[in-house]
Amino acid sequence: MKMLVPIKRVLDYNVKPRIKADGAGVELTNVKMSMNPFDEIAVEEAIRLKEKGLATEVVVVSVGEVKAQETLRTALAMGADRAILVTSDRKVEPLGVAKVLRAIVDEEQPQLVILGKQAIDDDNSQTGQMLAGLLGWGQATSASHVELAGDCVTVTREIDGGLETDRYCLPAIITADLRLNEPRYASLPNIMKAKSKPLAQRSADDFGLDLSPRLETLRVVEPPARASGVKVADVDELVMKLHAMGVAK
Amino acid sequence: MKTLVWVEHDGNSVKDATLSAVTAASKLGDVHLLLVGQDVQGVAQEAAGIFGVDKVHMADDAAYAHQLVENVAPLVVQLMASHDAFVAPATTGGKAIAPRVAALLDVMQISDILSVEAQDTFTRPIYAGNAIATVRSSDVKKVVTVRTTAFEKAPREGGSGAVEAVPTSGDKGLSSFIGQEIAASNRPELTSARVIVAGGRALGSGEKFAELIEPLADRLGAGVGASRAAVDAGYVPNDSQVGQTGKIVAPEVYVAVGISGAIQHLAGMKDSKIIVAINKDEDAPIFQVADLGLVGDLFEIVPELTRKL
Ligand SMILES: Cc1cc2nc3c(=O)[nH]c(=O)nc-3n(C[C@H](O)[C@H](O)[C@H](O)COP(=O)(O)OP(=O)(O)OC[C@H]3O[C@@H](n4cnc5c(N)ncnc54)[C@H](O)[C@@H]3O)c2cc1C
Ligand SMILES: Nc1ncnc2c1ncn2[C@@H]1O[C@H](COP(=O)(O)O)[C@@H](O)[C@H]1O
Repeated sequence: MKMLVPIKRVLDYNVKPRIKADGAGVELTNVKMSMNPFDEIAVEEAIRLKEKGLATEVVVVSVGEVKAQETLRTALAMGADRAILVTSDRKVEPLGVAKVLRAIVDEEQPQLVILGKQAIDDDNSQTGQMLAGLLGWGQATSASHVELAGDCVTVTREIDGGLETDRYCLPAIITADLRLNEPRYASLPNIMKAKSKPLAQRSADDFGLDLSPRLETLRVVEPPARASGVKVADVDELVMKLHAMGVAK
Repeated sequence: MKTLVWVEHDGNSVKDATLSAVTAASKLGDVHLLLVGQDVQGVAQEAAGIFGVDKVHMADDAAYAHQLVENVAPLVVQLMASHDAFVAPATTGGKAIAPRVAALLDVMQISDILSVEAQDTFTRPIYAGNAIATVRSSDVKKVVTVRTTAFEKAPREGGSGAVEAVPTSGDKGLSSFIGQEIAASNRPELTSARVIVAGGRALGSGEKFAELIEPLADRLGAGVGASRAAVDAGYVPNDSQVGQTGKIVAPEVYVAVGISGAIQHLAGMKDSKIIVAINKDEDAPIFQVADLGLVGDLFEIVPELTRKL
């Protein structure tokens, strides 16, 4: 059984985003870029399923600029078998990414596609559900536990009120939440080995899909700043201030 | 414009998140609701009474008992033939259904909107709320999810919408419901609590979390929240997580205890009216957003505070 894991290269989660002076977006040149943290979790889950003998191959795919090669190499160093880079000079929205992924699913015929639940740059949280819709597959969003057996996958999902467990027929889509696993670090030998693993490069234009953006970003601004507060000296002062604010009577 | 609003409910009652989505939808045009479930006539009546609602489309079917998106999405798509916008609250339920619908309509969704600037223009947070983007959609139909803290709740009374049963499309056989573990609590739900007391990694254990945070929350009639670190360490269940990838809250008072204030946490609570922070590190980033900060050891401060309040 083959698994596909789509991964996105994003601004590293430790970097504070800076807005470009012209308000066109967030500065992405000369800043640290990394694999979207949820995608690391997705890659880890796929590798574990393979290590348990439940799957045979882990293919990672990214839609983006040529530099996304580095991100794919990271996934290969973690243990993925092969990578596909679909290059595009301009930004592809989740709907477009989902269309490209559907085309790749048609070619590769994986039984499971594991994505991150959300890319932490645009915070869209759409791509997995869109792909599932386009394919007519089940979608297990925000997975915190995955149990693969036979033709079914049973997934525990984080929902607002707690946890929900559902079962899906394969093929299916899973999106990874934070507590699904703790991704491994790639060891140095594995980083070296990853350099010779196959990485195919294709152009988004070759798919013959309409990937034109539907959303136009008119401007990007800082959120309103909070007025700076005060430090209180002790609990008594805190209690007094809270009373004054009408918080506790 | 005719909108179709996804009703979030628990089988007995309409959830507050729906009320915020109704307010957002009313800025776009007429408000129709879609209520999906099994034996939901009662909830449909309740929904029809929400202020500003013109109509409730009720899909009552065993296949919808657990609102599995695989079964529900085709129904929404069918109804979207006669509506111009699908509006869902950005809850885990709304976030699961809306993109699937958007893809089937060949529409790019606008996630987590903060405001409606025009019928095709919205603001939304990106990068954990460190930037606010204004985006214009060129799609003929709109699919949006709504950040519930950014919109007032529509009043639960004053509406007189008609309830109309819609033909259902049955079980697609792609998914089945196994079970739920819903954290039982007498506390207010985080997303609608007036006061929240939240604890972080510094609490050190589930026992300490309960021993310190719970009494303070009791004293304030508060909901209990947590940082990711506290949830990952198992002090509290996952549904307590506040942040970029947890719950977005904006209570009148948010008390952060032993939480450093990572951007991912701030993303979920920095729109709270009053923020109180207790942390032993005076340089902790949480103090940059706190209205009232107290530097010191939480294990001494919290019991004293609970006593003196
Ligand atoms: C993709 C991604 C998504 C994330 N999503 C979220 C999210 O939704 N929500 C979230 O919260 N985090 C999220 N995080 C994690 C976030 O980056 C931080 O790691 C997390 O918020 C830290 O939790 P904390 O503040 O409890 O722990 P720490 O950062 O370890 O802070 C503990 C604090 O307690 C203080 N302290 C220690 N002892 C005491 C004492 N005795 N008395 C008083 N103070 C004390 C310390 O000074 C410190 O400031 C996410 C991370 C990633 C990568
Ligand atoms: N450009 C991309 N290339 C590959 N995978 C992507 C891309 N964008 C999003 N994804 C996948 O979709 C998930 C959700 O992203 P989003 O819908 O943008 O929040 C991510 O965690 C990735 O797994």
